[in-house]
Amino acid sequence: MSLLVRRLFPFIGGGRIAVVMPAFVVLVPLFVVGLSWLDIDASIWRHLLDTNFFEIVNNTLVLVAGVAVGVFVIGVSLAWLTSMYEFPGRKVFDFALMLPLAIPTYVLAFVFVGIFDYTGPVQGLLRDLFGRGHWFPNVRGTLGVVTVMTLVLYPYVYMLAKSAFQAQGRGVMEAARVLGKGPWGSFFSVALPMARPAIAAGMALALMETLADFGAVSIFNYDTFTSAIYKAWYGFFNIATAAQLASILLLFALSALLLEGRTRKGKKIIQQHRVQNRIPLRGVNAWLSSVWCLVILVIAFIVPVGQLIVWGIEISAEELNSRYWDLLGYSMLLALSAAMITLLTAFLLAYFSRVYSETWIKGLTRIATLGYALPGSVLAVGIMISFTVIDNTSTFINESIGWAVLPLLVGSVVALLLAYLVRFMAVAFGPIDTSLERIKPSIPEAGKSLGESSLGVLWRIILPMLTPGLLTAGLLVFVDVMKEMPATLLLRPFGWDTFAVRIFELTSEGEWQRAAIPGLSLVLIGLLPVMILMKRSSRK
Amino acid sequence: MKAYLNQVKRYFGLSLAMCAFIMGVAGVAPLWASEQVVVYSSRKDHLIRPLFEQFEQQTGIEVKYITDKAAPLISRIAVEGKNTSADMLITVDAGNLWQAAEQGLLVKVESEILDDQIPAHLRDPQGRWYGLSVRARTIVYATDRVTPAELSTYEALGEPQWKGRLCLRTSKKVYNQSLVATMIESLGETQAEAVVKSWVANLATPVFSNDSKLMQSISAGQCDVGIVNSYYFGRLQDKDANIPLALYWPNQKDRGVHINISGAGITRHSKNPENALRLLEWLASKKAQGEIAALNKEFPANPNVPPAPQVVSWGTFKADTINVEVAGKLQVDAIKLMDRAGYR
Repeated sequence: MSLLVRRLFPFIGGGRIAVVMPAFVVLVPLFVVGLSWLDIDASIWRHLLDTNFFEIVNNTLVLVAGVAVGVFVIGVSLAWLTSMYEFPGRKVFDFALMLPLAIPTYVLAFVFVGIFDYTGPVQGLLRDLFGRGHWFPNVRGTLGVVTVMTLVLYPYVYMLAKSAFQAQGRGVMEAARVLGKGPWGSFFSVALPMARPAIAAGMALALMETLADFGAVSIFNYDTFTSAIYKAWYGFFNIATAAQLASILLLFALSALLLEGRTRKGKKIIQQHRVQNRIPLRGVNAWLSSVWCLVILVIAFIVPVGQLIVWGIEISAEELNSRYWDLLGYSMLLALSAAMITLLTAFLLAYFSRVYSETWIKGLTRIATLGYALPGSVLAVGIMISFTVIDNTSTFINESIGWAVLPLLVGSVVALLLAYLVRFMAVAFGPIDTSLERIKPSIPEAGKSLGESSLGVLWRIILPMLTPGLLTAGLLVFVDVMKEMPATLLLRPFGWDTFAVRIFELTSEGEWQRAAIPGLSLVLIGLLPVMILMKRSSRK
Repeated sequence: MKAYLNQVKRYFGLSLAMCAFIMGVAGVAPLWASEQVVVYSSRKDHLIRPLFEQFEQQTGIEVKYITDKAAPLISRIAVEGKNTSADMLITVDAGNLWQAAEQGLLVKVESEILDDQIPAHLRDPQGRWYGLSVRARTIVYATDRVTPAELSTYEALGEPQWKGRLCLRTSKKVYNQSLVATMIESLGETQAEAVVKSWVANLATPVFSNDSKLMQSISAGQCDVGIVNSYYFGRLQDKDANIPLALYWPNQKDRGVHINISGAGITRHSKNPENALRLLEWLASKKAQGEIAALNKEFPANPNVPPAPQVVSWGTFKADTINVEVAGKLQVDAIKLMDRAGYR
């Protein structure tokens, strides 16, 4: 598509800047993190290598592999069922299966441990029935943490795979069937490969978040790479070692992304019409499909939210005070502004990286989406350091020429919004880029030949075709910003407390039940954009 | 199509207006600054806000603050350097305050009031930070399965009789790092490591991520004894007055119960050092001390102020009077020791 777009849009000769600028913004904090290698503390590294370094590498790999399998199986199967078939409850599942996204990982982790651990109702009931000493798997272990992460993160794969399956329509499947493939055969050899870019984008998001997660793994006390990062920082107070570990994590993510891109190379997939009518399922198949969707929905959303509601009712009087409305206002304001800015930037990035075919442009684009793989706190510090350099320089200049001191960047909303932009670029980029990928070159060409100007083609043809992708991207960023904790904590202006800040304050004191009200509020606000999406898709 | 375009334009217009507004607010706000003091606090909003509000009413000095974990706040002060807006750092655990002082971020305070109110072992010998409240990290036991006579010291929890009966919180929590740091100081590194190893051997279940969960597991019967901060026990008592748990004060025949502080120091590059000192002295005053401690069921740092009745009901005890700065000095050694001992 790139050559073609360039021919169509000669006016954007300088459009490379649209790729370079956002990439630069992301690169600066990453660069700052990389600079940490100039200051190596050998004793801490030796200690890590002597004790549990290899254990944490192993744990991290196991976690990533487990979550990868989990989100793939759950996300793809649910997306396939809801986009291709009709079965009882399909319309509700369609959107309801996105809902777990609104639940912060650490909240589900806590609820999960609360329900299934020794002190929880499940094991309590077993003890009442069978007495002590029965066997039960260790909840605070690998199995538990993989389950929780999978349940929170599968919606990324679900949403992206679903839009890909819907775009494919039934036509290709029917063609495969006509050519002699069975239903499973045609799924694996046609539908799945065609949806691969979208599924890969969704899995990349899920796995990057897994790599960067600290909240859930610490509730399970499951030591991963991030545990070592935080130990170096919070325990040894050695921020350089923490940044070095983080940059290794980053390299890991980058190589995984590049590997995926390479194996996909040359397999350009262009899709066309949508066929909206789904195949009706009957009998056992229909009920099995409903049950599968229901099971996931119940454990990933209904049970945790139910628990939050129970806790929330107990303490609503304490938390629903005047401060609550401040939290609501700041949460909404920040999430909305960040979603707008990130959406716009990610669109420019995705669009112009397709206009130009140079390898370095592609590379920059990849790098610009890496912020998501860094643990939030490390990224926050990288951003803080970059901004402080700017602050200190401008103060220095101002002082030397005798101007009044300008307000500082650190602790301003600008810094915080930039932090969100850097962190969530990948979240917006994935859906937008995969939607762009699906636009057939002949469509803008046709527009052009019908006398539409280049800008007109962009504005009236490409943008409208991108709308589902843009909305998905906007929803994801909005919800993610609301849940974001470390950068918000470190960079927010005085008084700009959000729900995530409140959750942090309460949970770090062990007051999980009181955190139910801000937790529930996050979920409820996350429902709004999901409803908008749902309304749009049902209108069609 | 027209309608759609208009929609897009409206949304982008809205977002641009919002950005302009935000930048305006962010840019103008600092210029209005009147008498104020800026606090970076790892003590949470609901534990400090009531105090700050009283201070504002009494003095007319506005208190601005952000809350975060100690390490990011300390990093922020360090990175901001001369430009920092922080006048005061409030954190829990002496280890964190020691780190901030060690990095040269806190300034020495000369105040007779503070030296009078806060005992020497609860403040920096060089006067860069002061304890404001005291918490005890002590033994908790199941009253239906353990008698106090079976308990004696932290070290004794490693004895064979507690095999499969001990619950501990993760070694990543600074409270445990500080406890082990003081054990290194009192017992020596070799013996401390042997004790930690014997604890690990006695664990009933993998370590917990917080004290409350640990105590619930003891009361449900998963284990019989554990080590927790006193105020977490208080919170459980509030929820269930008859909870079958009790606190035990160990090491009464030798060094005493391990205590730690929450405390504060004034930053080196404070823009409002007088106001910061005023706030610090006010927090150490009798009136504020009672409240600081009561808000979190802790003990006042000021020995002339009695704790809340609930805290008094747990009994009196001999506390370890080793200077709490040991927690900071030996924190790295403690972490390494626990890693070696397999204490996750």
